[in-house]
Amino acid sequence: MDKILRIDMGAEGGPKQSTETAGEFAALGGRATTSTIVAKEVPADCHPLGAENKLVIAPGMLSGTAAAISGRISVGCKSPLTGGIKESNAGGQAAQVLARLGYAAIIIEGQPAGDDLYKIHINKDRVEISVDNSNKLLDNYPLIDKLKKEYGDKVAYMTIGTAGERLMASASIACTDPELRPTRHCGRGGVGAVMGSKQIKAIILDDAGCKNRPPQDAEKFKAANRVFVEGIRKHPVAGEGLPAYGTNVLTNVLNEAGGYPTHNFKTGQFDGGTKISGESLAELEIKRGGSATHGCHRGCVIQCSGIYNDKDGNYLTKQPEYETVWSHGGHCGISDLDTIATLDYWDDNIGVDTIEMGVAVGVAMDGGLLEFGDCEGAIKLVRDEVGKGTGLGRILGGGAEMTGKAFGVERVPVVKSQALPAYDPRTVQGIGVTYATSTQGADHTAGYAVATNILKVGGDVDPLKPEGQIELSRNLQIATASIDSTGLCLFIAFPILDQPETFQAMLDLLGGFYGIEMTGDDVVALGQKVLSLEREFNKGAGFGPADDRLPRFFKTDPLPPHNITFGVSDEELDQLYNWE
Amino acid sequence: MKVTVKLFATFRAGRFNIEVRDYPAGTTVADVVKDLELPGEKLGILMINHRHVDLDRVLSEGETLAIFPLVGGG
Ligand code: SF4
Repeated sequence: MDKILRIDMGAEGGPKQSTETAGEFAALGGRATTSTIVAKEVPADCHPLGAENKLVIAPGMLSGTAAAISGRISVGCKSPLTGGIKESNAGGQAAQVLARLGYAAIIIEGQPAGDDLYKIHINKDRVEISVDNSNKLLDNYPLIDKLKKEYGDKVAYMTIGTAGERLMASASIACTDPELRPTRHCGRGGVGAVMGSKQIKAIILDDAGCKNRPPQDAEKFKAANRVFVEGIRKHPVAGEGLPAYGTNVLTNVLNEAGGYPTHNFKTGQFDGGTKISGESLAELEIKRGGSATHGCHRGCVIQCSGIYNDKDGNYLTKQPEYETVWSHGGHCGISDLDTIATLDYWDDNIGVDTIEMGVAVGVAMDGGLLEFGDCEGAIKLVRDEVGKGTGLGRILGGGAEMTGKAFGVERVPVVKSQALPAYDPRTVQGIGVTYATSTQGADHTAGYAVATNILKVGGDVDPLKPEGQIELSRNLQIATASIDSTGLCLFIAFPILDQPETFQAMLDLLGGFYGIEMTGDDVVALGQKVLSLEREFNKGAGFGPADDRLPRFFKTDPLPPHNITFGVSDEELDQLYNWE
Repeated sequence: MKVTVKLFATFRAGRFNIEVRDYPAGTTVADVVKDLELPGEKLGILMINHRHVDLDRVLSEGETLAIFPLVGGG
């Protein structure tokens, strides 16, 4: 990854491309690269949909190598949803292909003058940026079908659906999986709207004739990879639970713990939980001839995903994630898997974040737009309103906060305007700290305290008490900022938190690849640096301590069944970034 | 005494999802785990009344015990 591709969409006479040497970014990747470039080059006070914002796409440090499970791609920009810095990452094939093509990053800047819609085709010999207005207002599935006829099935696609073209703040960027389905999304924060504002519909990545990136120390790298894979396979979560049941195994866990936000965060338990649990989902997938085990990119050794077929045995969507099953399920009082899978399909097709969309629908239900539990009504809202860009659809597509305002709802579960995921912060107080303080807005992946609070992986901190949660969230947020830079899927956190030899193997993978010695301290230093950069950007964008807070109702309204409120004080929250 | 036991994920195979079972007074969580022949090294979360408990917790009449293998997601 020795070069950076810069594309100025606003250049006079049409988009202009240039290639730069990667410099400091040659040995960086993922979130470290996107956040460093955004912090350096994007004015923090710019409008996210304006010409001054930039869309930065970066494969991870180990993407495009033989390292297992290294195919995460990061997309960074100023977020149209939060107004702060954003890094949104996804699986799919794109990271591996982009890295093999030799790019440490693609930086897309400026804005075209007219209303032409562009596509960008990158192969080993050239970069072609062309107008193709025949792609206008196509959703992701039909778009990929059309592009496949032109570019074939040996490439990776990054695309936006109609939500991205319509600049909705919940719009995602889809990355295709190994079977070329647009199912892996950089979902959070409206990155798809930024791509839409640059008037780019599709990026086609073709690595024909390219090889895996070679490690500096082949022997060390190979040995480390072997230990790393062994460690993942032998860990019960990564080697057994995730492949068999996927992330949705958590529905029963959170429901049992009383931390499953139900009916827009009114109670912590959902009656219909069993029906939509990971156990029921896996059973149904297998019964219908789909699959409960599937990798989102080649080289994934966990394979937490799956294939969901409809009742006639035809492909409907990939296995919906736990967060999706929750946002469209329990949060909305819906306990029907076919409804949830249909909504997952439409979210992917239109190109919206499943968390933001589901939470927005639930907030609208709370505001009286429709009843909790209305399956057909929920599908209509997403497919016929958001999908068609109606006035109502644009409100919902603007996210949970906008929807809450439109319907006069008091209980709006957002931090920095981004919807909360599937863990109630009153019952899982550690994740509440992450929601409140993350640079990204409410984001469970930014510091997954659920592991230690509820799952008892990597330690044990009482989920119902404020004690120890700041330190826990801080350490996890630092580690995550680093892992998000490596290109490794975050689910390796389960084995590396529990097994020191697997953590060491990860360090040796990085060290062997780059020909350096990596230590745990280096991981911490990188994570802190990334977080500080992001904080600095957010300060420039107008964020202060008052934005590092949960909505007030988490402090005032006790959540059944435990009947407790979020107990971490504001003063404690302000101590999260104590190294600054 | 009667105790409701709920099993999840891989622990269900060859056993049950939910069952009301009879145990003598003084039975601990560990006793139930042993009785059901659940593999100790795979034990994950143990909960009674939505709260995490340890293996040596003594059960009371009418309680619900949930037993998960080590699982994760996110
Ligand atoms: S574990 Fe799941 S999310 Fe992670 S790389 Fe594999 S399939 Fe993708």
